[in-house]
Amino acid sequence: MTKLRPYRFKRQQLAFPYMLITAALVIVPLFILLYYACTDYATGKVSLMNFAAFFIDRENTNLATLGRSFFMAFLTTVICLGLGYPLAYVLSRSPFNRRGILIMIFIMPMWINSLLRMFAVKNMMELFGVGSGFGAVLTGMVYDFFPFMLLPLFTSLSNIDRSYDEASNDLGATPLVTFIKVTLPLSVPGIISGVLMVFMPTISTFAVVEMLGSQDQNMLGNLINENISFAPTRNVGAAYAFILLILVAATMLIANLAGGKQKGREAANLL
Amino acid sequence: MKNRKLTIIGWSLIAVMLIATYFPIAIIVIFSFSENKVVGDWKNFSFSAALYHTVFTSDKIMPALLNTFIVALSAAAAATVIGTFAAIGIYYCRRRMKSVLTTLNQITLVNADIVTGVSLMFFFLLLLGRLNGIPAMIIGHTVITLPYVILMVMPRLSQLNPNLYEAGLDLGAGPARTLFTVILPQLVPAMLGGFIMAFTLSMDDYVIAKFIKGGSETVSTLIYNSAKVGLKPEFRALSTLLFALVLAVLAVINIKSARRSKKSGGGLLPFIR
Repeated sequence: MTKLRPYRFKRQQLAFPYMLITAALVIVPLFILLYYACTDYATGKVSLMNFAAFFIDRENTNLATLGRSFFMAFLTTVICLGLGYPLAYVLSRSPFNRRGILIMIFIMPMWINSLLRMFAVKNMMELFGVGSGFGAVLTGMVYDFFPFMLLPLFTSLSNIDRSYDEASNDLGATPLVTFIKVTLPLSVPGIISGVLMVFMPTISTFAVVEMLGSQDQNMLGNLINENISFAPTRNVGAAYAFILLILVAATMLIANLAGGKQKGREAANLL
Repeated sequence: MKNRKLTIIGWSLIAVMLIATYFPIAIIVIFSFSENKVVGDWKNFSFSAALYHTVFTSDKIMPALLNTFIVALSAAAAATVIGTFAAIGIYYCRRRMKSVLTTLNQITLVNADIVTGVSLMFFFLLLLGRLNGIPAMIIGHTVITLPYVILMVMPRLSQLNPNLYEAGLDLGAGPARTLFTVILPQLVPAMLGGFIMAFTLSMDDYVIAKFIKGGSETVSTLIYNSAKVGLKPEFRALSTLLFALVLAVLAVINIKSARRSKKSGGGLLPFIR
């Protein structure tokens, strides 16, 4: 005869509520998004016309918008990297890195509401007499996402063991050669994280363009937002959102393949 | 000699970048004390706190602030509780299950906010009878902040002495009691970090809120709506107040964590996403 043992829970079971919530509120909504994307708004019938609408619109503006999104995201990422790398490098070196106060000060704007930051940039642009348009949008994007580039760069640069520098120096390399052959390769994980953290949100952003730009700067995020906000084109918007989802997934996949699994994970950790 | 030159270059780079970073914020703060329509109009600058008065008596901003705090507090609390238990559960899972769950955790992290927001909107529309407003926003923000709490608690778990749990069981406490009296107290700093991060993320969000807010406005959605028609001057005062709040919270955390982490290092950096 086996005696009935008192119920003892396992620690693994503590994750059950989380699994339930993720399944119900993350996975299921994505399928519902796909369902709306694949149905016609007027008739409610299954069709792929919403997806097709993205590629065959009359003036071909959608593909141009997609191209512009990639171009803007690319430009923003390059500028952030160009400004962020030297700064992160300097900040990670000895006289500047006392107790991490300076990096704190640079990262702090990240905690301010991003719309308020955009508001500040808008005011600054008006002060300089620059109206809304390409320049203002680009400035806003760079200002908005710069901390997300700086932080991973700083983390990876300050984690590099200083003795590599000294070893390289002892073996007769000039500081420039040391930088190119030692420091730069070791900071690649930080570069990949930073690039991902700037590039991916830039593609989908819409408020920056709405606040600082005009119709001419419209990006993929604006396209989705405009379609979703208007009931009859809601399902088209769902299809565009799904296209964005696929693009983001593809970007992540490429980054994982390019940087190895570990780096992709690090990027997601920092995000 | 050369080193000195490099130091000077370094400091000038830092100075230039600092100015670029804080210039926009500084003009907002300075001109929040003047009723000028246009920022940068030094000639008509006259010190007054009228904009602050407008903020505190506004029948739009005050309810929005209240909504923001209700949503952010509830979502952050829910995310912290669920996320902490989830982190413990995931941490002790077998290897394969663990990697499945950590990948799952990254979906909302990697996914664009607009996609998450839109998919939640359709979800509420189709399944929950057009649920919107504050309850919908609390649910939405719990979902997007959960992964951050888990990411903050997990590393702390790996620093714990694994024998402590066994010791608790050996000394006669049940698993639940051991969990609450031995494991959880050691996770409090990480939970606090997760809570603060969830709170700020929720306050910051307008993308998800925009699609599910119904008739309720938060500060973020209010700013977003007003931005299209041009933000009124009182938003300068609101910005300054929120900036001061962020500054105060960061200072408190920094002092506390500096006191705590004298041995273990760290400081505030882990608190930043």
